[in-house]
Amino acid sequence: MHEYSLVQAMFDQIEAIARDNKATAVRAIAVRIGTEAGVDVSLFRTAYDMFRERTICDGATLDVAELPARWTCPEGHGDLSRGQRLACSVCGRPARLAQGDEIILAGVELEVP
Amino acid sequence: MCDTCGCGDSEIVPVAVHERLLSANDRTARHNRDHFHDHHVRVVNLMGSPGSGKTAILESTARQLGSTARLGVLVGDLATDNDAQRVRAAGIAAEAITTGSACHLDAEMVHRGLHRLPWRDFDYLFIENVGNLVCPAIYDLGQDVNVVALSVTEGEDKPLKYPIIFRKADLVLLTKVDLLPALPNVRVAAIEENLSLVMPRPAMIPISSTTGEGVEKWVRWLQGVATRHSAPCAVPAW
Repeated sequence: MHEYSLVQAMFDQIEAIARDNKATAVRAIAVRIGTEAGVDVSLFRTAYDMFRERTICDGATLDVAELPARWTCPEGHGDLSRGQRLACSVCGRPARLAQGDEIILAGVELEVP
Repeated sequence: MCDTCGCGDSEIVPVAVHERLLSANDRTARHNRDHFHDHHVRVVNLMGSPGSGKTAILESTARQLGSTARLGVLVGDLATDNDAQRVRAAGIAAEAITTGSACHLDAEMVHRGLHRLPWRDFDYLFIENVGNLVCPAIYDLGQDVNVVALSVTEGEDKPLKYPIIFRKADLVLLTKVDLLPALPNVRVAAIEENLSLVMPRPAMIPISSTTGEGVEKWVRWLQGVATRHSAPCAVPAW
């Protein structure tokens, strides 16, 4: 249930950004979450809906883009297919997760009077 | 203000952020890691399910390594400091971090916990995380290595069910291997195979705190752990 602490961390981050920009409200929030990040997106949305009241994000829409996992060879022999051992089939090097572990606040839309 | 027509409406300002939601935790973790590195303390984040044998591993480690190295433990638990007491009884300095309802430790809790331990004197600091295979995996604490305790009674497919924590593990300790004769359906080779599907650098040591099997190998592995400097980049791998 760390989704609740993630949402709290997001509010802290957005409140600081809103302060810096002298914003009075947040219209929209965009986050990017990888499928290998260990975050349950529906729980994240539930936590957001539960906690946004009485924060600056109360009226904001939340857009979550899910990024699929992509494992690749660190030596450039291309991507691995799903379900295989996490080593390059050409050179045997341990694969690298090129995408999929992101938990990122991509951007916000602020209302500035 | 809208100054196109002077109507007085608020302006909508898009702000690109592109920052990790855990960036505050990452900063504290880097701060912890720099402290550990400066004082030559090697730090192990020990994770695993409730009952996987994390505390027993620490007791065995104390018996094997306690006379030649200074060890310390921070134990995360939802309630009680029973595990900290067990570890202290084994002769290791230990403090509990009671998390209340939090299902994981974060870098700030570790930082506060350090204030109650003479951690600068340690050769090794073990952070026994809250028993949970999901949440602890995403929080960097400032450790050098991640070790996951997986007991043979948890079944062969545990790595496939919780791939993220195993992906982040530098080592898996397969615990309670003395029970294998009673578990005809659990094959160590199948667990190893499943680990290779989720760990880029699969590493596993079978261990038993009851018979002492594997403890020496685990301690040798520990002795090879080097303290890490914080990565200079803003977005760490964690």
